[in-house]
Amino acid sequence: MYAYDELDRTLINERVSEFRDQVKRRLSGELTEDEFKLLRLQNGVYLQLHAYMFRVAIPYGTLSSKQLRRFAHVARRYDRGYGHFTTRQNIQFNWIKLAELPDALADLAEVGIHAMQTSGNNMRNVTSDQWAGVAPGEVEDPRIWSELIRQHTTLHPEFSFLPRKFKIAITASEHDRAAIKIHDIGLRLHKNADGETGFEVLVGGGLGRTPFIAKTIKPFVHGRDILSYIEAILRVYNQYGRRDNIYKARIKILVHELGIEKFAKEVEEEWNQMGDSELRLDYAAIEEVRSRFSYPPYEKLPHMPDELKRAAHDPLFERWRKNSVSPHKVQGYSIVTLSLKPVGGPPGDATAEQMDALADLADKYSFGEIRVGHEQNLALPHVAKRDLPQLFKALDRLGLATPNVNLVTDIIACPGLDYCSLANARSIPIAQELTRRFANHDTADLIGRLHINISGCINACGHHHVGHIGILGVEKNGEEFYQITIGGRADENAQLGTLIGPAVPYAEVADVIEDIVEAYLALRDRPEELFVDTVKRLGVEPIRERVYATR
Amino acid sequence: MTSPLEQKKIRITGPSMVTANRTWDGAVVYRTAQKGWSTEIGDSAVVSTSDDARALLAEATADDVGAVGPYIAPVELKDGGKVKPGNLREHIRAKGVTIDLRVPA
Repeated sequence: MYAYDELDRTLINERVSEFRDQVKRRLSGELTEDEFKLLRLQNGVYLQLHAYMFRVAIPYGTLSSKQLRRFAHVARRYDRGYGHFTTRQNIQFNWIKLAELPDALADLAEVGIHAMQTSGNNMRNVTSDQWAGVAPGEVEDPRIWSELIRQHTTLHPEFSFLPRKFKIAITASEHDRAAIKIHDIGLRLHKNADGETGFEVLVGGGLGRTPFIAKTIKPFVHGRDILSYIEAILRVYNQYGRRDNIYKARIKILVHELGIEKFAKEVEEEWNQMGDSELRLDYAAIEEVRSRFSYPPYEKLPHMPDELKRAAHDPLFERWRKNSVSPHKVQGYSIVTLSLKPVGGPPGDATAEQMDALADLADKYSFGEIRVGHEQNLALPHVAKRDLPQLFKALDRLGLATPNVNLVTDIIACPGLDYCSLANARSIPIAQELTRRFANHDTADLIGRLHINISGCINACGHHHVGHIGILGVEKNGEEFYQITIGGRADENAQLGTLIGPAVPYAEVADVIEDIVEAYLALRDRPEELFVDTVKRLGVEPIRERVYATR
Repeated sequence: MTSPLEQKKIRITGPSMVTANRTWDGAVVYRTAQKGWSTEIGDSAVVSTSDDARALLAEATADDVGAVGPYIAPVELKDGGKVKPGNLREHIRAKGVTIDLRVPA
C-alpha cells in the first residue's frame, strides 16, 4: 500500500472544497454548462445517457480494504448499489446526482481517494500491473515509478491542458499485464548491462478510430531521468500535436505523421536541451516514494501446506485454483484473481455488498489489500496458500469465484449503449449472452485462453482492436450491427486484430462467435495452441471460410 | 444510433422532441409545450418541421440551469397520439438499461 503524505491529503481536501463551490455555482446558474464542463471533467464527472457518471481513480490499481468499503458506501448512499471497474484501473458510478457529488467526493477524500486524472485532456491515471510488487521475476515494483509520475503530473500545467487525453502505463514483468503498447506512453522497466534500473520508452500507442501499437523511441532511459524524458515527449507533443481536430489530436497521430525516427529525434533534442534539469530525480526522492509503499510482514510458510493438499480432492476448488490462483514472489503465498465476470452478469460490475464482503476477506486473507486489473477483474495479492480453501468457499458464496479468468467468458466490455452517450450499440448484453453460451466451464477450459473484447463504438473503451476476438458495435440504418476482428492481443506481443467479415446484426453475434470458436477448435494444431496463435499461424482466411461460408 | 452529440445540422424527417438531462441530478427530461421539463416522455412537445425543431431546441438550450445538453430526437406517435421513443437510444433513456443489473433494488 502507498501512504499519502500531508501534502497529498491537503491537495485532495482542497479539491473537494473547490469542486463543492463549483457545483454550487453551477446549480445556481452562476456557471453555464459550457463553463462548468471543463471543471467537472477535471473531477471525473461525465454526463451519460441516464445520469452523471462519476469516475474515480485507483492509482496503479492498488486499493486498501478501507478504500473498497468506501466505494461500497458511495455505491449504496449516492448511487444504485453497485460500481463498475474499468479497463484503466478506475471505478465508475453510473447514477450519481450532481448535487450530491461533492459529498461523495468528500467521503472518498477521507480515505485518500480522488477523481483527478480520470477525465479531460490531461495526464490520466498512470496504470500498472495489478500484480505489481508481488509478481515473481519482476524487475522491481513499478508502482514506485507510477507514483512518481502521478505526483509530478497532477495539476502540472504542462500536463493539464493537452491537445487530448494522455495515458501512461508501466510494466516491470516479462509478461505485460498493463497493456503498455496501447498507451500514449508505455514504459517497460528493466535493467541495463550495469544493473541500473531504467525504462524502455514506447510512444504512440492507442486504440479508438485510428488504432496504433506503440513503438520504442528509446531502449533505455535511466530511472532518474524518466520525468525529464516524459516532459520532453510532452513538449514535442504540445509543440506539434494538432489541436484543430479532436480526431487527430492524440500523440499516436503525431508519431504516425512525423514518423517514429523523426519523433524520437525531436524528443532527444528537446531532452538534451533540458540537460541536468531539476527534473532529474535524486536517489533520496526515489527512496522517499519507495519508503511510502508498505509490504506485508509475510510469514515463512511451506510451499505446499496440508490444507492445500486436502482441498485438492475437491474438484470445484481445484478448477478454481488452477484458473484463478497464480504464483507469488514469496513462498507459501499466492495471488488470487477474482472474476467479475459471472455467467450472465455485466462485466466489471460489483455490488456494494460484494465490495464490503471482499474488503472483509482482504483483511482476513490478504493483509487488507485489493488490486484492480485492466481486464476488469480484482485480485487479492497476498493470500497464504493454506488459506486458499477457506477463501474459495467465501468467494464462491459472494459470486466472486467464477473459474473463468483469461477464458472465453472473461470478457472485457465497455458500458455501451446501455449507459454511454457516445455509444452506437450495446456491449453488455452481447457479453452476457456470450457468457451464457460458454457457461460450461469444461468447454471453456477446452477452448483455453481466449480474450473477447467488446466496444459499443469506435472509441474502443472495450479495447476491441486487441481482443483475440474483438467485437465493435456500429449503427446501420438505425440498427445495431457488430464488426468482428480476430487475432488481436494486448500483451508484450501486442497487435491489432483483422476484420473477419461483414458486420452482423445484434441477434447473430453470439452465433458467429460460437462458429469462430468451433473453427478454431477444428483448426488448432494441438490443444495447447491458443486461439491467437492459431490465427497467427493460419491467418484469418481459414476461419473466415468456415464461419462465413454459410452466411 | 449515431450519437446526438454529433448532431450538427437540424433536419428532421418525422415527429421529434427535445430531450436533455436535468442539471441537478442528470435525470432524463423532455421539453414540454409549457416551456418546462418533464421526466415523462408523454409530456414532450412534439414537432414535425425542421423550423419548429430548431425553435424548440433554441428555447430549451436557453434554459441552461434546468437541463444539460439538449438535442432533438425522433419519437413515434402511437394510438391516440401517445408519444414513444423513436429509436433504441431513446428507448433506453426512457425505460432504463436493457440488462439485468443483478443488484438489490
